[in-house]
Amino acid sequence: MAKSPDLSIDLAGIRLRSPVVTASGCFASGKEASEFVDLKKIGAVVVKSMTMEPWPGKPTPRMAETPSGMLNAIGLQNYGVEHFLTVDLPWLNRVGVPVIASIAGNTVQEYIYVAEMLRGAPGVVAVEVNISCPNLEDRNNMFAHDAKATSSVIAAVRRALEVPLFAKLSPNVTSLPEIAGAALDNGAQGISLINTVMGMAIDIQTGQPKLAGVVGGLSGPAIRPIAVRSVFDVFRAFPHVPIIGMGGIMNSNDALEFILAGATAVAIGTANFIDPNTTTKVNDGILQYMKEKGVNNLASMRGRVKVEG
Amino acid sequence: MIQQQAQILSYKKLRDDYFLLTIVAPEIAETAKPGQFVNIRPPADRQFILRRPFSIYKVNRRGEWAATIEVVFDIRGGGTAALASLRAHDMIDIVGPIGRPFAIPKNRNSCLLVGGGIGAVPLFYLAEELKGAGKRVDVLWGAQTASKLLNPIDAKRFGAQAVFTTEDGSEGVKGRVTDVMDDLLEKCGTEVIYACGPNGMLEAVTRIGQKHRIPVQVAMEALMGCGYGICMTCVQPVWNKSHDQIVHVRTCVDGPVFNGARIAWDAFASDPGVRVAPAGN
Repeated sequence: MAKSPDLSIDLAGIRLRSPVVTASGCFASGKEASEFVDLKKIGAVVVKSMTMEPWPGKPTPRMAETPSGMLNAIGLQNYGVEHFLTVDLPWLNRVGVPVIASIAGNTVQEYIYVAEMLRGAPGVVAVEVNISCPNLEDRNNMFAHDAKATSSVIAAVRRALEVPLFAKLSPNVTSLPEIAGAALDNGAQGISLINTVMGMAIDIQTGQPKLAGVVGGLSGPAIRPIAVRSVFDVFRAFPHVPIIGMGGIMNSNDALEFILAGATAVAIGTANFIDPNTTTKVNDGILQYMKEKGVNNLASMRGRVKVEG
Repeated sequence: MIQQQAQILSYKKLRDDYFLLTIVAPEIAETAKPGQFVNIRPPADRQFILRRPFSIYKVNRRGEWAATIEVVFDIRGGGTAALASLRAHDMIDIVGPIGRPFAIPKNRNSCLLVGGGIGAVPLFYLAEELKGAGKRVDVLWGAQTASKLLNPIDAKRFGAQAVFTTEDGSEGVKGRVTDVMDDLLEKCGTEVIYACGPNGMLEAVTRIGQKHRIPVQVAMEALMGCGYGICMTCVQPVWNKSHDQIVHVRTCVDGPVFNGARIAWDAFASDPGVRVAPAGN
């Protein structure tokens, strides 16, 4: 019998058994989903973004379904980094799945606080820096929308932590390679993209926005082509940098698009809401594709989209 | 909570506005309790990707074929319209049973069930369980108009008292459920109130219950992203135990049944950002 293809990947020096991970905010810390999913089959759990203090999140309605997607303004409701360290992380460690901790804040100081709390945390193999947060020190502009703000957050977190850092980028910018470059110059080892696409929906009967937060982030298959293009752009600019690609991946065919565009790993987000088992199905589908195509090593497919010139 | 592919046993239109699906789902039926819900994925459609949550209307563990559950819904948009197109033998992807069910206190024997429009759905299964436990069950259904009263024939059958109110007076008492509640609580010697319906009704029923010192359990509706506790879409404003702080609590796995006294009803009205979730689709 032929040897089964190797699904394991090297992500900024971390060995993961599968290229399939969860997208932050779309899997909580894995406990609820573990009723449906064998967490041992996925590469890593990227947990919901944690902040210095608990955040209450935004009022409701927090979500509006739009064609092939959903618009949300949750407001990063979470119990804070201390709760993560004392409750969620020990549980994840007992399960034995690698953890990528996602951190967020409204000031550089808040990011530093969370990063320092995470220093040496067992089982945390990498940290993803969610810089799609309003920057209170810059008129609420998102950190990820400005190369300078991106640089300052990443540099500060870099000083606090030794594990590989992934900067999670927003697609709502003119030049993704410029922001990615700023993150990489300041100590990020990898790039996660994309975060949600900013959007808005209005109830024409009441004249009110459908979200209490007025505007929100669009996710789901509606944004997939934007995400594939984003991965392609960043991979072309930085071909040696690991990329976690995400945005509307519903099945393994979608995931393979990201890998051919240049993703090292793929993250499943909104699809977890619809089918809690999407991660393992994508994992199995990629394996099947590799068998059919006679590909032994996933890394050999990365960025191999056939583009002239 | 499990996810399974389940077969539709039958489809039925109830009165003018409601649809009933009977679903063969033995594992879900086996453990489902009143107040819990199932989350159904609309048939393959590119536009509507999220599941829709539905209260469990009835459970039949000794069906002709296998155990079934029933859900009732109205059409609110494309997703529910797609569900209304399902027929016998079609397969659906279903997750359930989900959420905290109604509590059935041992020492309270006289139960009033208050249902607003389609909100009466989970109270049918509850009534059956309460009757099985030897409790007195009284029924108070309210709706805009007669055609929106859910299955009044069955309600009359299991209610020691069965009172209906319609805002247009087309059936029963003209007015709202809250107009007749004071009298009904006295007459029935009510010891616990169970309510499901629009938020405004649940708030008013909770306040009347508090006035009479009768506990009120409310089953709340919310827009949901995932329906199993991960997305934080469906939160309700709930007072903490010391009643000095409002926290956002998930409807799906921490509800949908809440102690009415713990819901921060004023948060819906006083905070301009907080609005009752609009009808789903």
